[in-house]
Amino acid sequence: MSLLSLDNVTVQFGGLKAVSEVSFSIAEGELVGLIGPNGAGKTTVFNLITGVYAPTEGKIAFAGKAVAGKRPYLITARGIARTFQNIRLFPSMTVFDNVRCACNMHLKHGISHALWRGAKVAAEEARIEAEVMELLGIFDLADDRDANCKSLPYGAQRRLEIVRALATKPRLLLLDEPAAGMNPTEKVELMKLIRFVQEKFALAVLLVEHDMKVVMGICERIAVLDYGQKIAEGTPAEIRANPKVIAAYLGKEASPEPTVGGSSLH
Amino acid sequence: MDSSTIEFIQQLINGLSLGATYALIALGYTMVFGVLRFINFAHGDILMLGSFAGFYCGPWVTAFTRKLAGNPDPTRDLTGFQDWVGPWESLLGLALVLVVVMSACAAFGMLVEFLCYRPLRNRPRITVLITAIGVSLFIESMGQFIFGAAPRLFPEIISDRSIDFSAHGEQWAGLTLLRSQVLTFLVTGLLLVALTLLVKRTKIGMAMRALAFNPTACALMGVNVSLIVSFTFGLGSALGGAAGILSSIERPSIDPLMGVLFGLKAFVAAVLGGIGNLAGAVLGGLLIGVIEIMVVAYGPSTYRDAVAFAVLIVILLLRPAGLLGKNVREKV
Amino acid sequence: MKSFDRTKIVLLVTIALVALLAYVCNRSPEFLQSRIYDILLGIGISIILAEGLNLVNGYTGQFSLGHAGFMAVGAFLGSAMSLGIAFPYLDGPTWAGAGWTVIFKVLQQGFAWLVNVFFWLHNSLVGLATGLPGWGKFLIALIYGGSTAALSGLLVGVPSLRLKGDYLAIVTLGFNEIIRVIIQNAEPLGAQRGLTGVPSNTNFFWVFAFAALTIYVVHNLVHSTYGRGFLAVRDDEIAAESMGINTTKYKVLAFVVGAAFAGIAGTLYAHQKQYINPEGFNFIRSVDIVVMVILGGMGNTVGVCIAAVLLTILPEILRDVAKLEWLPIWLREVAENRMIIYSLILIILMLARPQGLFGGWGKKKGAA
Repeated sequence: MSLLSLDNVTVQFGGLKAVSEVSFSIAEGELVGLIGPNGAGKTTVFNLITGVYAPTEGKIAFAGKAVAGKRPYLITARGIARTFQNIRLFPSMTVFDNVRCACNMHLKHGISHALWRGAKVAAEEARIEAEVMELLGIFDLADDRDANCKSLPYGAQRRLEIVRALATKPRLLLLDEPAAGMNPTEKVELMKLIRFVQEKFALAVLLVEHDMKVVMGICERIAVLDYGQKIAEGTPAEIRANPKVIAAYLGKEASPEPTVGGSSLH
Repeated sequence: MDSSTIEFIQQLINGLSLGATYALIALGYTMVFGVLRFINFAHGDILMLGSFAGFYCGPWVTAFTRKLAGNPDPTRDLTGFQDWVGPWESLLGLALVLVVVMSACAAFGMLVEFLCYRPLRNRPRITVLITAIGVSLFIESMGQFIFGAAPRLFPEIISDRSIDFSAHGEQWAGLTLLRSQVLTFLVTGLLLVALTLLVKRTKIGMAMRALAFNPTACALMGVNVSLIVSFTFGLGSALGGAAGILSSIERPSIDPLMGVLFGLKAFVAAVLGGIGNLAGAVLGGLLIGVIEIMVVAYGPSTYRDAVAFAVLIVILLLRPAGLLGKNVREKV
Repeated sequence: MKSFDRTKIVLLVTIALVALLAYVCNRSPEFLQSRIYDILLGIGISIILAEGLNLVNGYTGQFSLGHAGFMAVGAFLGSAMSLGIAFPYLDGPTWAGAGWTVIFKVLQQGFAWLVNVFFWLHNSLVGLATGLPGWGKFLIALIYGGSTAALSGLLVGVPSLRLKGDYLAIVTLGFNEIIRVIIQNAEPLGAQRGLTGVPSNTNFFWVFAFAALTIYVVHNLVHSTYGRGFLAVRDDEIAAESMGINTTKYKVLAFVVGAAFAGIAGTLYAHQKQYINPEGFNFIRSVDIVVMVILGGMGNTVGVCIAAVLLTILPEILRDVAKLEWLPIWLREVAENRMIIYSLILIILMLARPQGLFGGWGKKKGAA
């Protein structure tokens, strides 16, 4: 059974169909890539899955239950976590607090306990601290725990966003261009890390990425969007050979030797 | 027509004339919001400044125009068109006062923008909002300091009188239209036509629309953004000044805090119509004016000042984009 | 984490200290009559108001301009409790004459029932409190003022949730005006005349014990994993939602807690001045509190506390300055009009130091 399934999902902003009748599914523990040219609707798909937008038509089901149109925090509570294309950390907080915020959902105490600060709260805060530090350790951020998150280098901020998403204990992790702005070495490191946490926490991952080397190297399956529609789906090898995909990236009358843009296809 | 219908028409006219002044101020809110995406809290106080500018220059101008006309008796009988709008010398006086006050207010609005808002152009919205609240309080308290806190009586720029309808037939008895209301409608109409032409037909109007549509692209196309913002502030403040004169002719008691409630209600009008939308601001202004007068006439009149806020809360809950506005999404 | 519940001890020690100081104050009747004592109580009330608003405007980032409205609710309903004022029940509509107006009549009836339920609760509580000794009645008045204000905070908070920034500021300002207009129309609460003869129960102990409690609550709320939700809402609402934080809950909670303390401050204020008028709770009063929060640095407990002290003393100093005969007359008039100075503080602060006078101070790094 698939963990997440989109069934003919359409969203319309004014007269514009940003996503049109898209269907695909992700199985438990699978690593799927979502690619497409700029403006193809990849981030919109993320926003639909996480509840930032409600679809105009179609169904989205997670673990067998409909989630379309639910509030984002409820969807996160079901087990979907995400990162953002344009990093959205909590700018006034430290690295540690950024991650701690994401543990909020799993708190077993309420406002009265938070005010009284009894032994129960102290134990829970200690447990959270240990969990957060473990995650920060995996992503090599433990030393920066008290630094303001905005003072981190760009790549570290991207990693911190992943840590924050992991802290919600998801079953499905949505990564929106996690390697954007990183150099090739950092990218390789990051992909290893993604593989590592995917196995360690038994996660399914949906990955939006522009760097074809990265996507082709890591994903088990890839879906391709263009102008809001899914034009292809398959293994990396199939996608690489698909003429529709090449046309979408390079234009209809593509020369066999691409000169502009998507040279990373090869 | 029975007397209750006449009563209703009377209240409608009163509401529309109050609404016309709200519309003029609401236009200022909406235009500034269009180009800068922020609510100029201090805009209502421009109306107060306009009223006080009229208070000080009004007697001079009327003396000048009456001298020009050979000092006619202001209470003399008039006939025909003059009956509706007043003798020509007071019309000329009104036009002069409007020109002077609107220019003064425009200059003041641009000055405020230059001193207080321009340095904050790329700061968080909350900073600009707090500054605007500060500017508003500053204008009000300086107004109390300079003009005194006690209400003043606005000079009689036109000799106001009610126009009798009973001559047009028995069924119209009880309906009165003030000359000031006729002038309010006329002046507001003229200003709206001028504004529409300016925004739709001129190069600077096109630049304003472009800036409202996409500030970055607009700047990249070589539009001088600061100039357009400054111009927009000037335009909005000029309309606010005109609203000050028109409202003071009808309600001649003016004081330094008069702009607060006027401004807030006009803001509600702008939101009701859809903020950023010029036609919406006019529609919202007229609606708020009519609703307010109707509540005073038929409902609990002591709740007069709470009505606009109740409308605001209802509209923000049911249709936050306003009657004519479009939904805007935050980009994620 | 060893010092995790140190705050409780700090609170208890502070309250004990306040009780001791209150005892010392009570030994000197002249001091209780002095202006200094009056200003001191004013400072404590300002701290409660400003710290409560700091939770809303500062930590949660919801710019509210209607804090005086909640204060008014607490002041008037708390005083009603002390004075034993009961509300006469509302009549339903007259059902004679049908037609389409029946919709309004049904609404009116429903409204009357709802209000009457509240009136019944109020009247029963007033009845219960009549026999109590002075301080017991006052404590009930304080709790009652706080909880009714919290309820009004809930009523204001829920519809305001969709709004941000400028819109929220103006809507809360609108609610402030609506609350004021309702009180001005409420005959049992003295309508436009206000309430007089409120018992003089407020003293050093009550004011500063509640000020300490306010700071304790706001501090502990914000410095916990639970309370980091407030800051997350302020920093990035969409990211907060995506991290499983129910932003609605936190916004409403901030409004309710802030309003509750404003209500308590209102009750304390009424029992200090012994006379309250609805005009005293207008939007200018709200701005007073907002200026304290901004001057102190939004979301900075220590800074806001200092600002509350400074801005309570400032008008008193200005009042003295206005009396100095050797000063030029215009300067004395400026001093008399504190709003000129407040507005200049706001503008200059925003242009030069938007994080507030004490912004960046007193912020601890890492876990609390």
